[in-house]
Amino acid sequence: MNKLLICLALAAGSLLSSAASLAQTAAPSDQLYKAFGEKPGLVALMDDFMVRLLADPRTGPHFQPSNQQRVKEQLVEQLCALSGGPCVYKGADMKSAHANLDIKKSDFHALVEVLQQSMDAKGIPFRKQNEMLALLAPMNRDIITPPESAAKP
Amino acid sequence: MKTIPLLAILFLSVGAQADTGKLLLTGGVSSIEGAAGGGLTPWAVIGSNATAGETGGSVYLTHVGTRDYGLNIYGAALGIHDRYELSIAQQDFNTRDTGVALGLPGLHLKQTIVGAKLRVLGDAVLDSDTLLPQVAVGVQYKKLGSTGLDGTLAALGAKRSGVDVYVSATKLFLGQSLLVNGTLRATKANQNGLLGYGATLGGNENRYTLQPEFSIAYLLSKNVAIGAEYRFMRNKLEGAGRAAGLGNGLRSEDWKDIFIAWAPSKNLSLTLAYVDLGVIVPATTGSRKQTGYYLSAQVAF
Repeated sequence: MNKLLICLALAAGSLLSSAASLAQTAAPSDQLYKAFGEKPGLVALMDDFMVRLLADPRTGPHFQPSNQQRVKEQLVEQLCALSGGPCVYKGADMKSAHANLDIKKSDFHALVEVLQQSMDAKGIPFRKQNEMLALLAPMNRDIITPPESAAKP
Repeated sequence: MKTIPLLAILFLSVGAQADTGKLLLTGGVSSIEGAAGGGLTPWAVIGSNATAGETGGSVYLTHVGTRDYGLNIYGAALGIHDRYELSIAQQDFNTRDTGVALGLPGLHLKQTIVGAKLRVLGDAVLDSDTLLPQVAVGVQYKKLGSTGLDGTLAALGAKRSGVDVYVSATKLFLGQSLLVNGTLRATKANQNGLLGYGATLGGNENRYTLQPEFSIAYLLSKNVAIGAEYRFMRNKLEGAGRAAGLGNGLRSEDWKDIFIAWAPSKNLSLTLAYVDLGVIVPATTGSRKQTGYYLSAQVAF
């Protein structure tokens, strides 16, 4: 049975890697930056985002104690750089910025949902929203606090 | 059938207290065998809205109507820590005119499927910078209830219970809004188990075969996805049928569908599909393709 499972796993793995060409998530051009309305668009988006983050009972408690203006500025810088805009993110890296916080995966999901609400409110097309989320989602590894049981191999 | 409203009420009342936080539609819908996935095939996702550190559940009702058959399904799934999934499904297959032709009017084939799934690695949604899919392994124990068809199945060398083992790999290409799933299933089931497991009549070999299953889905918006599925079906009963002098009267063909899934809220999803289940007992159905519709509603927390 073990052999069978290994065969199954390998077959499924090769199936998906054949879809490899689909995974080109990095956008070298500034098209995404433009779709988000460049710097003024990102500033307006993050202003809206912070209002919603504070209002949402799932995310509010995490952002209440923060320097909200500074968080917004850093988010603008970060999204600008990620989307191909002329910015360099100079803030702290995600891991150390969140090291002392207790952030669960459900918190991260809640934040994504609130960001989706803000992007909807700003009229950003769904496809473009997902392109941005694809650039942001991998940060979950540095943001989410590993569970105590994470002492596995 | 009475158990379902009860389960739904139970889950809804628990759901009102539970605070589960998975992203919309990322728990998949309920497949015909109870596991979370597409309509016809399991995916590597773990059912319910529960993410890491949470426990959630789902219940569902599905109806499939084809040209000569009807299939009602209800079931439930439990998702634990986005790693373990336990599921149960009860299938009720109305044979309609085929039952009459077999001298068994009113024949309903009832199959119970108990499933378990383990997410082995990956996050289908958040690992958007790698090609690594979410991978899960699963097992399904299937048991066909006793009916007037028992003697026929025994004569064909088909048992009334069987075990399927599968591995699924699911990847959301988030930047492209595209989800792809591949599942490889080791099975002996004839027509998903509704016609038993294995078919030894006429010296037909009785080993497990590997059947691939594929799904692709495109996200139109946060809460609407469209897609298609293709599930290769084992076709060993045809040989046993031939040995019994039925020609290709027990042939089976691959199952496929195109679907639209809509999640009007975090707790409710509705799926509508056009299905083509190929021929099912063509001997009594004029070799007609069993095309029709699939309608499913799922409540999850």
